[in-house]
This record gives sequence, C-alpha cells and structure tokens, in this order.
Amino acid sequence: MKVVAKRPESLMDKPTHYCPGCTHGITHRLVAEVMDEMGIREKTVGVAPVGCAVLAYEYFDCDFQQAAHGRAPAVATGIKRVLPDNFVFTYQGDGDLASIGTAEIVHAAMRGENITTIFINNAIYGMTGGQMAPTTMIGQKTTTSPYGRDSKSAGNPIRVVEMLSTLEGSAYLARVGLFNNKEIKKAKKAIRKAFETQKEGKGFSLVELLSTCPTNWGMNPNEALDWVKSNMVPYYPLGEYRTPEGGDNK
Amino acid sequence: MMKEVIIAGFGGQGVMLMGQILAGAGMIEGKEVSWLPSYGPEMRGGTANCHVIVSEERIGSPFVTNPDVVVAMNLPSMDKFAPQLKEGGILIINSSLIKEEPDRQDIRVIKIPANELAGEVGSDRAANMVALGAVIEKVKIVEVDSILSSLKKNLPERHHKLIPLNEEALKKGMEAARE
Amino acid sequence: MTDKILMKGNEAIAEAAIKAGCRFFFGYPITPQNELPAYMARRLPMEDGVFLQAESEVAAINMVYGAAGAGARVMTSSSSPGISLKQEGISYMAGSELPGVIVNIIRGGPGLGGIQPAQSDYLQATKGGGHGDYRLLVLAPQSVQEAVDLTTEAFELADKYRNPVMILGDGMIGQMMEPVEFGEEISPEDLPKKEWATVGNKDRKPNIINSLSLQAEKLEELNIRLQKKYEKMKEEEVRVETYKTEDADYAIVAFGSMARIALSAIERAREEGVKIGLIRPISLFPYPDQVVGKVAEQVKFMLTVEMSCGQMVEDVRLAANGRCPVYFYGRSGGVVPTSQEIYEKIMELVRGEKE
Repeated sequence: MKVVAKRPESLMDKPTHYCPGCTHGITHRLVAEVMDEMGIREKTVGVAPVGCAVLAYEYFDCDFQQAAHGRAPAVATGIKRVLPDNFVFTYQGDGDLASIGTAEIVHAAMRGENITTIFINNAIYGMTGGQMAPTTMIGQKTTTSPYGRDSKSAGNPIRVVEMLSTLEGSAYLARVGLFNNKEIKKAKKAIRKAFETQKEGKGFSLVELLSTCPTNWGMNPNEALDWVKSNMVPYYPLGEYRTPEGGDNK
Repeated sequence: MMKEVIIAGFGGQGVMLMGQILAGAGMIEGKEVSWLPSYGPEMRGGTANCHVIVSEERIGSPFVTNPDVVVAMNLPSMDKFAPQLKEGGILIINSSLIKEEPDRQDIRVIKIPANELAGEVGSDRAANMVALGAVIEKVKIVEVDSILSSLKKNLPERHHKLIPLNEEALKKGMEAARE
Repeated sequence: MTDKILMKGNEAIAEAAIKAGCRFFFGYPITPQNELPAYMARRLPMEDGVFLQAESEVAAINMVYGAAGAGARVMTSSSSPGISLKQEGISYMAGSELPGVIVNIIRGGPGLGGIQPAQSDYLQATKGGGHGDYRLLVLAPQSVQEAVDLTTEAFELADKYRNPVMILGDGMIGQMMEPVEFGEEISPEDLPKKEWATVGNKDRKPNIINSLSLQAEKLEELNIRLQKKYEKMKEEEVRVETYKTEDADYAIVAFGSMARIALSAIERAREEGVKIGLIRPISLFPYPDQVVGKVAEQVKFMLTVEMSCGQMVEDVRLAANGRCPVYFYGRSGGVVPTSQEIYEKIMELVRGEKE
C-alpha cells in the first residue's frame, strides 16, 4: 500500500486546541512540511506568541520558547545571536505582532535579523474572545468595536508587509491567503522561501497569512474562507513584496 | 593619613582627568584611593568636579564634604567649594581666571596663574597639570614620579607625545607653588 | 606597584561579566549606567561576543530571555526607569527559570526622576518587581572591587539556581573609580552544558522554555518549586558584613555605597565613645534576617540609613521583630546623606536614649 498523505515528522501526534475551521492548523502543517522537506527540524527553535498560538510548542516537534506578548522577535533575536547556525522562527498573530509588538517586529526587520516570522492576520484577537485588532477591517464588528470599526476613532487597518517593505533589512516579505487549495500551495512556497532566505543568511523574512477566525467572526468555516477572499484580499493585496533577488511579484 | 580633595572647574578644563591622575598615582603607591565625579548635564557649561581621596586606611565615604584641599579652576568652583574646606585647608585657585578673593581667613590660599604658566610650556590646555603640580607641592599626598607614571597610564597612546609637555607643566606648577 | 587598575564601577562590572564568560549583552541607553553598554560595545567584539543596542528596555530583556534560553551567559543593564520597563521580562525569566544577570544602577525616582544616586528601587528589586510570586537574587556592592566580585558570583548563582540575579548599585557605584583586580577568566566553552536549553532537539524530546500553565494545579506546582528554590537561597546564599558589632550598644544597618558613608559616621561616633557598629547586607535577597535579629537582641537601637524614604527599614523591622527600636534616616531624589548628617542623627538618638 502506498502512503499518499501522512503527518509531517515536525508535528507532534496530538489533536490541537484550535476551533473547527480555523486556519492555524493548516499553517502549522505547512511550516512543519517545510521543516521536513528542508531537513531542519533538529536545528530549529520556534518562538510562540501570546494569543491562540501560545500553545504552538505543544504541536511542533522542535525546541521552543514561549515569549511575552509581542516580544517574540526580541526573544528570537536573543536565540539567533547565540545560535547563528540554527533556524529560528516566530509564530505570531496580529494582536501580538501588529499591536503590542510593533516595535519588536519593526526593529528585528530593521536589523535584518536572520529569522523567519510566520504572521497570522485574521483581523481579530482570537484568544481573548474577539476584540478589535489593528488589522480589523473598517466596519467589522468585534466586542470592542460593537458598531463596526470606525476609522475616525480607531484608524485604518495596518498593512504590515507594506510597512516592513520600506526597511532594507527585510530580505523576504510575502502575503498569502489561506482561502483555497491553490492559495494554500502558494502559501507553502512562500514559507519555504522564507526559511531558505534564512538558510542563506540573507536577513529578515516574514510571511503574512490572511487567515480565518470563524468563531469570533460569527461565521461557519466556508463563509469565513469567502470573507477572507472578498473582504481582506482587496485591502491586503497578495504577493511577494521583497525578495532576496530584489523586485516584487505582486 | 587621609587626604580628601575636590577638584572643580568648567567642563573641558580637564578637572576629571586631573583627579584620575591623582587617584592613579595614589594607587601606584599602594594606597587606598577613590575618585567620584559629578555627572550629568552640569558637565557642560557649569562646573564639573570630582572628589578624590588618597588614604592609608580603608576609605569610608567616597563623597567628600569637608575637603583638605580644593582646586578651583574657575570662579563658580571657588564660590561653591571654598566654604566646604576644613579649617586650615588649602585652596588652590587658578588666578588666570579668578581675580576675586575667597571669603575665608582660616585657610591657606595658593594662587597659581595656571593658564599663563601652561601657555609658557606650549599649551594652555595643560593648565590642569600646572594646578596638579601645585597640589602635590603643597600637600604631601603622592610623589611626583607616581604622578608621571599615572599620567602615562591615563593618557591614551595617541596622546603620549604630549607627555613631556605635561611633565613640564607639572613642574611649573610645583615651582610656582614653592614661591 | 600593584596589578590593580583604576576603573569606573560601570566599566568594571562589564569587564567582570566578560571574565565570567558572558558573551552576550543587550541594552538600551540611560544615565547613569551608559559606560557599561559602551564598554561592552567596545570589548565584546574582541571576544567574538555580541553587543546589541535594543529598540527599548522591553526588547533588551526579552533578548536576554531568548539568549538565556539558548544556554548562554547573558547580561543587561539599566537604571531605574529602564528597570521598571524590564519587569515584564524579568517575571517571565523567573517563571521560565532562566538564568541571567541584570544590573540596576539606581537613580532617583519616581517617574523620570533624576540621574543622581539613590536606593529607592530596593523594594522593587527584593520583593519581585514584576507580577507573580517570585524573587531575584539581589546583590549590593559597596565598592568597585566588590561590584567586580559580585558580578562574577552573580553568573555562578544565576546558573546554579536557574534564576535571574540582580546587581543593585547606584549612581555612585557606577560612576566612581577605584582600584580593582580581576579574578581568573572563565571561557564560555568550559562552562557545563545546559541540558534544558533550546539548541535543537536532535535525538531527544523538545526542550520548552515556558511560563504558561493553564491548569491551576500545575501552576501551583511551579510556584511551590520556585518557593523551595528561594528557601534554599535563604539557607545558602546570605551574604552580610558586620563591623564592630561585637561590643556594640547601637547598630547602623545600611547597604551599598550608603554603608561606606555610614562607616565614616560610625568611626567618628566611636571616637566620641559611642559604641556603635554596622550591619551591611550584601545579599538583599536573601536578606540576612538572622544576623540583624541577633544584633537586635544586643543593642539599644538600630538606625537604618538609606538613599530613599525608607524601604529596607521594613526588612530590618521584620528581622528585629520588636527586640529593639528601629529608626530610620534617609535622603531621597538623588540627595546623598553625608556622614556628618548620619553622625548627628546617631548622637541625637544616643542622647534621647540616655534621657
């Protein structure tokens, strides 16, 4: 019998705590597959955020550090400076990275810190129960924007990849969406490219994944996937924003 | 024997270095020493000062409140520190910049035209060394050889060509204090 | 001639750290400790080490967290307002049981405060500082030489207990120059391997550096383990100096540079026939309660002198436990009590005692 699908070795054999229809599971798998394919599991140290992925260290079969809210890029910097030959990645959500950890991500990119960041943008705080994130769409209802996000009071959503693309230290920046199989394949390619960038010592790499949060969005999983495509993608254009070779393919 | 010294002047007059050379000389002689600077914004424009203690015994407070010696390189320094001198203490004033008399009769005042004398040996930036010469001439704290060794240690290599000039300035100060 | 070098406290601490095998420093500028990171920036590249000026104190302490978790000896330094910012990371380090050395060259507060010496971070340093039930080992040098010696020890203790250690100095200790000698140099390669560090999990289960425990009972287990560790520190790591307490009728309790100033006052009072001694806690956590308690049995009063409005005095009172009155004298905001002021306070209290 031929095996056509199996759990990547870089993932533990245990069920996750993520809600049904949440795309965290897909992203975990994509990262693990890339680790397997590159044969780097035993040399990888992950950094978990505060947020839904706080327990990421339970699911990946590699060494992990859990960081304070927003500080994963600083923690990763400390690790990478001690272990320059290891692979170090952070896995962060939008509250963690784009709100409380803005300084840390910008400066890690500015330094060209040779780490990889997996950035989950689902336009909301998940773990704490659906509050407004800096990436929340205009008009989107959350527990702290019950009448919809109003740009007059809460500003407009942050486009993280575009912001970081002004920094010379950013070697690889891409935004992908997890709303259909084709895009998921592209997402994996981007993650692979980010880790390859680190392997070659080119500098900071980040992949922003437009993701779902059906529970806090109040949708079923399919509606949530459609919402990513129809509401988020127009505001957060997909593509590569910086590559080590230069130029962008968006 | 414990000697407590306050050296004060404008930022840029080399008062900090003067104190370090003095403390370093004491250390070379195997004495207990401490050097405590004033720090912060007052270093630019106002007075900079350092407290130096050279002692045979363990030094308690590195903070000098009743000095045996005050070196005042400018007027604000004299005004600030002359009142703190011990009775019978020594006030060395840079008479190139200070024309006023101190407001005390119970101390010994040594007037040294430090800038002029330093100018005579080639650079008025050595005024600090002239004043230091006066200190070691008037107060038996350390030997002149120790000051010279300390000077070598405290000056960065690239300034070592200035050592002869500084040595001359030191001797000028000693002579002037003797007179 | 001697082999001693005249060095500023800030620079001497940095050199001592390098000699203790520290090759990683993450900092952020703040007066009056700037000479320390500047020294590291100059020296660490010569030792193939890393100096990094972080974007904030918050980032710096989290870099320390990462580097410590990766198994390195690592240091950060700051002064009061910066140390407040580091508290989050320090709490995480304590919770994740990570070693590391944090230097606080205290300046006057609260708020932005000033830049002159103070001891007003005593409570923050010794009672935890951040959130949760934890303690740091806190060491308070009174001279540049002691700052060097305690820095060496701090790295050993941090590794021994897997706990952050704080060197608590003040602007005076940081800025002062005194002759120093350094001990033997430790090469990072010669240090024992840290089996728990995250360095890649070849042929083993993953190592996880973490302070999260969503189950209350599990988290309580961690807390009980931490408390045991602190109890062990109390048994084994108390450091204290006493001076002329054997025949003392009175005692001063003071730490760090304040103790030296008090010492000058003590000598003067002794010349006047007042039998007074000094207790100088060197470890502020663990606190030398037993020594303080023992002397409290013997003396008519204790006087705690601090560069604050009275923080350590609380621990002195707890240790004395009513066995003698405990008085306080202090100045704050960066004003340093003079030996004259302390002398006068001693004499005033002694007169009051006799009346």
